[in-house]
Amino acid sequence: MQSAQATLENIRKDFPILNRTVRENKTLVYLDNASTTQKPNQVIDAINDYYKNHNANIHRAVYALAEEATELYEKTRDKVANFINVKDRTEIIFVRGTTEAINLVAYAWGRDKIEKDDIIVTTEYEHHSNIVPWQLLVQEKGAKLEYIRTDDNGELILDDLDKYLATGKVKLVTFSLMSNVLGTISNSDEIISKCKAAGVLTLVDGAQAVPHMKVDIENLGCDFFAFSGHKMLGPTGIGILWVRKSVLETMSPFHGGGDMIREVHKYETTWNDLPYKFEAGTPNIADVVGFGAAIDYLSNIGMDSIRQHEIELTKYALEKFSQVKGLHVYGTPDISKRGGVISFNFADVHPHDVAQIIDEEGIAIRSGHHCAQVLMEKLNVAATSRASFYIYNTKEEVDKLVDSLNKVARIFKL
Amino acid sequence: MSNADIYHEMIIDYSRNPVNYGKIEDHDVTFHDANPLCGDSIDIDMKIDENKVSDIKFHGKGCAICMACSSVLTEITKGKNLDEVRKISKTDILGELGLENLQAVRIKCALLSLKVLKSALYSYLAKHMQDSPDVDKLKEEAASLY
Repeated sequence: MQSAQATLENIRKDFPILNRTVRENKTLVYLDNASTTQKPNQVIDAINDYYKNHNANIHRAVYALAEEATELYEKTRDKVANFINVKDRTEIIFVRGTTEAINLVAYAWGRDKIEKDDIIVTTEYEHHSNIVPWQLLVQEKGAKLEYIRTDDNGELILDDLDKYLATGKVKLVTFSLMSNVLGTISNSDEIISKCKAAGVLTLVDGAQAVPHMKVDIENLGCDFFAFSGHKMLGPTGIGILWVRKSVLETMSPFHGGGDMIREVHKYETTWNDLPYKFEAGTPNIADVVGFGAAIDYLSNIGMDSIRQHEIELTKYALEKFSQVKGLHVYGTPDISKRGGVISFNFADVHPHDVAQIIDEEGIAIRSGHHCAQVLMEKLNVAATSRASFYIYNTKEEVDKLVDSLNKVARIFKL
Repeated sequence: MSNADIYHEMIIDYSRNPVNYGKIEDHDVTFHDANPLCGDSIDIDMKIDENKVSDIKFHGKGCAICMACSSVLTEITKGKNLDEVRKISKTDILGELGLENLQAVRIKCALLSLKVLKSALYSYLAKHMQDSPDVDKLKEEAASLY
């Protein structure tokens, strides 16, 4: 059996970008994985191979290439089903990403099902993609959007959920399985069982969770589930929407066009079978194929090993951060309740200035509101700095980050 | 120029101790704008007497670059007549702080307050000089700042 260190070194070899230098000959330290991850050769090669050897449109033509392209495309659907434990592959819809997935639900489910005075419940730590589509919907319908608040540890206050469910007006509860700012892992069991008991549907945003821990849809018990390929080693422009069959069957189409139809006449059209009813137009075939390679790559390492690696890195980083004077870390200190995402502020130094100074050392972290302005308001800050880890990050990289933060302290005379 | 070199003494001092920071309660014009990318947000209040900026203050949240540039901008603007204020350009601000080579992604931090100033001036002139052809020109100027 290989040691953990040897495995990590092998993993890093698969990512060509980790070898490059940036700025003044500094080795890249990439710590913005909650935003997007780097791609291993296996994914890049799969996309290349598709375009070099198999490119054709899918689902229609009878020639050999089209058959190969269709098979490659559909194989990824099976890989996704297997990866998140979905029994029925026709419940899996390819979309551009989590944002499109949630907009699809707001449009194709929400516009039929949400009526005046209905309530949709979201949370204070959602990404804008799980807030704005619902704002648009409730404004159109005269419905209401309510928020489950976060407490001082960055955990959800579930009494708020009870309060809204008790009104009997809630039609949907939508929440992120892991916060992209605080790293908090939501108490999904409690939220979903409460909603089930009240007969309320649930949507889970898995964009931050699926890349970093084992997610089992069957176990989870939600009704809608969304995530993105590019945050889990896959290419940009490909994501997944899963919808429970009994709900999916009640939904109207999203985009109209080719591939989503059964028969088109001058004035009426009948729809294709699931999931094709929701995949209008020529899809992002090459990136679906690349996404399949990413799932293979993660499966080979094993999601439990990935989670374990990130727990160790996060624990190490939190410990190191606690020794830096003036550094304030947001979110729960309980490592079992958080992923490898650490948001912080550094005395009175603006996150942009922090990010720029440490960029000189080749270190990439994110600064800003992380598309979570509702949470920024709650934390009463304009922005935070955020470091987020993945399978290829090392303790040495955390050390480099801490060294560069000390440089910030020197420049700003903290 | 190395990017970290922008954090010289003057920038740090201005960001720590901004000049003309605050509000003018009886302002003649006020304007607010924000940078949607980073959440920086600046308000500028001005007192205008006999076509001159007799007082100017800014408040808001921003990075060191944003705060330093806002300070310098208000220093430059104070006491100038409105025609002179119109002519304040981005090179005036960047030059004053040695930020001529600021990378593109940070230019918006540096120029947010100038954008707010031009917009404030436009809204003031629009109210007081409705027939002037200058108003449209100024609107264009403000819009094309970055």
